[in-house]
Amino acid sequence: MSTENFIPINTLCQHYKLEISFFNTLNETGLIEIQLVDSIQYVHKESIYEIEKMVRMHKELDVNIEGIDIVLNLLQKIDALQTELLTVRNRLLLYEN
Amino acid sequence: MAFIDYYKVLEIDKKATDAEIKKAYRKLARKYHPDINPNDKDAEKKFKEINEANEVLGNAEKRKKYDAYGENWQHAGEFEKANQQQRYYNKNASQEDFNSYGRDGDDYSDFFESLFGNSGRTRGRSQQFKGTDFNTELQLNLDEVYTTQKKTISVNGKSIRFTIPAGVENGQTIKIAGHGGEGISGGPKGDLYITFSIKNHPDFKRDKNNLYSTVTLDLYKAVLGGEITVATFDGKAKLKIAAGTQNGTQVKLKGKGFPVYKHEGHFGDLYITFQIEIPTSLSEKELELFTELSKLKTL
Repeated sequence: MSTENFIPINTLCQHYKLEISFFNTLNETGLIEIQLVDSIQYVHKESIYEIEKMVRMHKELDVNIEGIDIVLNLLQKIDALQTELLTVRNRLLLYEN
Repeated sequence: MAFIDYYKVLEIDKKATDAEIKKAYRKLARKYHPDINPNDKDAEKKFKEINEANEVLGNAEKRKKYDAYGENWQHAGEFEKANQQQRYYNKNASQEDFNSYGRDGDDYSDFFESLFGNSGRTRGRSQQFKGTDFNTELQLNLDEVYTTQKKTISVNGKSIRFTIPAGVENGQTIKIAGHGGEGISGGPKGDLYITFSIKNHPDFKRDKNNLYSTVTLDLYKAVLGGEITVATFDGKAKLKIAAGTQNGTQVKLKGKGFPVYKHEGHFGDLYITFQIEIPTSLSEKELELFTELSKLKTL
């Protein structure tokens, strides 16, 4: 498999000054997907935005991985509710004016 | 330039201990952190304020200066002169630095700058951070989002050309990657978020991909049936009217609605509601005929 679109976990550990166990636990919790290529652990580069968000929550807010999981789930719910609210507001426009 | 009460910002007493300051800061940071409050400008502003407050109150020297001159910040310059030989800030301050969010000079209040100047910042980072995300709103007419089109907007003096896909909804936000603020220490640029505000159309109302319109139908066509031409969003369509059509009847014109976002060639439906027009000023002949009809009905 080509690793062109993947970032080695070791690079992330160096960049964010984090132990590899942090990323492994994220993987075990299902928050990220680690792929093994020639015995090297990688994450897809498209997941870097979400990973950085988790790193910030962990480093800046002292949120542990279980907490990150809960926060992300709640944010997803908020996002779904906001989308629904927007749809309902737009539908309400049908009956206004 | 208004005085900022950093104690108030952190919701603490003026006699608060270092531990209490840290605790208050962390509590508020968890509440207002931009990752916890995506696309919330008020939270982002509040987050910057608490960072600034922490940067002052979390550092013994700065807190001392703030306590002494804070409310009379105009005298801070004199204080600076008197202490010009003294390096009062601690480069090794151990406080947390939430500098991934807009921690450029512009994000400090004028008050902070006047009191501490540029040297007041305890950064000295080597880590790279993504630049600030920018948010803007774009007002469009409904017909402007009926087809995919390119638009150029100006953000902070820079022209940005981007594509608006057909079918964008009112309130929807799209991200233009890499068009936000400059990265910090060589980090990537932030992103630009554009929220669309779509004005109502005088003739068509929209609910997601479906369009709704009202068509006036004359009494005779409603009673006897026939064919009419109705306006669709991008043209006209012929429509058969069944005899005995009631006021408020709704018909669906399949595929004549709004384009489905990012599904080229797919359209919603157009719902037409008939509003039957009752004649108000009848000629003598009409009145005579209506009376005759009325009599027939009562027989």
